[in-house]
Amino acid sequence: MRYMIMMDYGGVESACESMDRWTPEELEAHFAFQMALQAELVERGEFVDGQGLASPDQAKFVVSDGVNPPVVTDGPYPEGKELLAGYWLVDVDSLDRALEIAGQASAAPAQGGLPIKQRMEVREVMSAPPSE
Amino acid sequence: MSADVEGLLRRCAPQALGAVARRHPDFAAAEDAVQEALLAAAQQWPRDGVPDNPVAWLVRVAVRRLADEHREVTARRRREEVAAARDQRPPDDVEDHDDTLTVMLLCCHPALTPAAAIPLTLRAVGGLTTREIAAAFLVPEATMAQRISRAKATLRASDVPFAMPAPTDVPRRLALVRHVLYLLFNEGYATSAGPELVRVEVTGEAIRLTRMLRAAVPEDPEVTGLLALLLLTEARRPARSGPHGELVPLADQDRSLWERALIVEGVRLATDSLRAGHPGEYTLQACIAVLHDQAPSTAATDWPQVLALYDRLHGLTGSPVVALHRAVAVAMVHGPSRGLAALDGLADRLGGGHRLHAVRAHLLQLDGRPRDAVGAYRLAAAAATNLREREYLMLQAARLA
Repeated sequence: MRYMIMMDYGGVESACESMDRWTPEELEAHFAFQMALQAELVERGEFVDGQGLASPDQAKFVVSDGVNPPVVTDGPYPEGKELLAGYWLVDVDSLDRALEIAGQASAAPAQGGLPIKQRMEVREVMSAPPSE
Repeated sequence: MSADVEGLLRRCAPQALGAVARRHPDFAAAEDAVQEALLAAAQQWPRDGVPDNPVAWLVRVAVRRLADEHREVTARRRREEVAAARDQRPPDDVEDHDDTLTVMLLCCHPALTPAAAIPLTLRAVGGLTTREIAAAFLVPEATMAQRISRAKATLRASDVPFAMPAPTDVPRRLALVRHVLYLLFNEGYATSAGPELVRVEVTGEAIRLTRMLRAAVPEDPEVTGLLALLLLTEARRPARSGPHGELVPLADQDRSLWERALIVEGVRLATDSLRAGHPGEYTLQACIAVLHDQAPSTAATDWPQVLALYDRLHGLTGSPVVALHRAVAVAMVHGPSRGLAALDGLADRLGGGHRLHAVRAHLLQLDGRPRDAVGAYRLAAAAATNLREREYLMLQAARLA
């Protein structure tokens, strides 16, 4: 089963401040944790894809009626916190395992080495129609 | 498949394709047929042994494959013919560096964008399979197959014969080949920091293809310069990322990790290329890389010479990216405030991106203005599109804040 585990720029349920206020050591521990988690998912044969997205300031919204030139809106946006920051796509045996991975990712070390408690969104990826 | 057979197949690929394409009017079909011959060889040679003349074997199998397609014979018969091909005597016109060059010039055709030319070159000249190329570029195999087949359709539509371009056209076409190889190397270099998911080393493949190009045109100083540049850059790769994959900038690299053998070869090639006179952009970049690779530290680097080379390079190319690098050299020779002044007016020419902010941040830091540098590092981090680079820029801001 494939699950997408996503995080946005909001949803932090710990008291930690924005990353601008972290010490270099806190940042390094956080980055190292992310790398190690990804390496572990690869090692376990569960990693399919994982991407961090460029900053939401660079996001563009596009709407088109298919006739006129598309309307492109540039950031920054007041709702920037709701935008996707990054995701993992994992192929796992059960929903429980996907939730376990999301739990691990949610507890990434933040300020003072305390868990960041980032809210992770876990969604099953729809499968292809059954083959004959 | 053993590494020996794999390496042999890759070396044989462009020669086999050259021989087949000269007999068959449709380059795209010839390329498909050679690719199938390579796949057949990859299965059979490790089991049955390598034939006496591997290129001839591939040519025969590919030519039969084309003929089969024409006659629509069954797959069963095809397999029998593949087996029979091992015992045939070789044609006598297959070993030729010129074929490698012709295939390269064709794949890096002006009708193709670099994004189309790169995978086609890797397959036709490099002998990689579509699956390997897809893995190297982290896209699904079907996507890469489609990109290659569209590239071949473009070539077919442009109706180019499989032949060396007219002598007057060769320099311009060679410039395109060099550009494609340079972009291929950079693609591998920029993405090499991630977890090791890629089977084929893109930078290694770019170097191998550039070596093949140099063997075909040893008299071209810019090809020599390009090879020197790639080797001198590749030499620093072991020091370029830390234990957790984090980016380590040139100034902080452990220079004892640099690969001496690559540096020695790169320096020799850059010197050869320079001796030919009228250095082009790759030779000049290689010479800058020589100065960095031979320096024991950033402080001990011959910055006046680096700046002189950037001046020439900027005069030659007028590139805003070169102007950005030049500003760093200006700062190292004449002081950070002169370097910052050299950045003026570059914003419009660069058209956004994080690099200008990152260089400005670095120069502000050197100039003893940490508060301004923090702001510039944060702007650079927000605009960065490479994860490892963004993390590095955030760390720099945190260290100064």
